[in-house]
Amino acid sequence: MTIGEAQQQEIELARRLVAGEPGAFERFVELFRNKVFQYSLLMCGHHEDAEEVAQDALFKVFEKLDQLREPERIRPWVFRIARNACLMKRRKSVFAPAQELSLDELMPQAGEDGGQRKLDIADWSNLPEEQALRAELQRVVRQAIEELPENYKTVLILRDIEGLSTAETAEALEVSEEVVKTRLHRARLAVRQKLDWYLRSRRGRQTAERAN
Amino acid sequence: MDPGSHGRESECKRIFALLSEYLDAELPADSCDEIEAHLKDCPPCLEFLESLRKTVELCRGFRPGELPGPLNEAVRRELWERYQRALRARSSAGGAGT
Ligand SMILES: [Zn+2]
Repeated sequence: MTIGEAQQQEIELARRLVAGEPGAFERFVELFRNKVFQYSLLMCGHHEDAEEVAQDALFKVFEKLDQLREPERIRPWVFRIARNACLMKRRKSVFAPAQELSLDELMPQAGEDGGQRKLDIADWSNLPEEQALRAELQRVVRQAIEELPENYKTVLILRDIEGLSTAETAEALEVSEEVVKTRLHRARLAVRQKLDWYLRSRRGRQTAERAN
Repeated sequence: MDPGSHGRESECKRIFALLSEYLDAELPADSCDEIEAHLKDCPPCLEFLESLRKTVELCRGFRPGELPGPLNEAVRRELWERYQRALRARSSAGGAGT
C-alpha cells in the first residue's frame, strides 16, 4: 500500500468514526492503538510504557473527538496526542537535552583509489538476503533509530515508519515543513552511517574467517 | 570526478544536503534535473545515494514490535463511553465537523 492509499483509508475511517457509523469504533481502536504503540515503543523503548502511552493517547483521542473538525487531519491529530502522551511519560524518568546532528559529520570521507575518487563507505550493492542476516540488519536498524536524538527520531518514525507525509508530520510536531525535511535527512543519514559501520565490520569478520 | 576540483566537491556537498528530498520527490523539477546531471558524472555521489535509498527502504520495512495482547475490556468500555459522549457533543453542536 502506498502512503497515499493508507492515508485515504485512514481518513475515510475517521469520517465514518465521527459520523457514528457501526464498526468504525472497533476498526479505529484496533488500527490506531497499534500505530501509537509502534511509535511509542521506539520513542520510550519499553513495552509496558508504550502500551500505557497507547492507552492514554486513545483516552485523549476519544475525550477530544468532538473537537476534531476535519477528519482528513486525523493522522497528525492522533500523533500529536501520542507525542504529548510520550512526553508526559518521559517526564517521570529522563530528560535529555536537545542534541543536534551535523551534516558535515554525516558526510562520508573520500579517498583515492587508483586515480579515482572513492568514498570511504561499505559495499551496499548486495545486502544480505539470508533470513538470519536480515534479522541482524533489523536489529541494527532498531538500535540506530533508538539512538537518534529525540527531535530527529520522532520525525523519522512518523515519516518513514508510520508513513505520514511531510505536511502531516509538520502538523503533528508543530514545526515547519522545512524543519521536518532537514531533520528527516539528518536522521536517515545517521541511521545510514550506523548501518554502514555494521556492514563494514561484517565484511571485516568474513575476510578474517576466510583467512583462518 | 576530478579530485583537485574544489568547485566539484562543493557541488557534491550541496547535493548531499538534498538527497532525501530528491528520494522523496519533493524537489522542484529544475533541482531534480541538476542532481541527475551531477549523478551521471559522479559515481561517488551515486553510490552514496544508493546506500541512502536502501537505508530508507530498511526503515520503511521495519516493524518496531507487536502489541502484547488485546485491549483490556474495562478500557474498551471507557473508550466507548467517551466516544458516545463525543458523538452527542458533536450532534448537539449542530453537525460540527462537516
Ligand atoms: Zn558528487
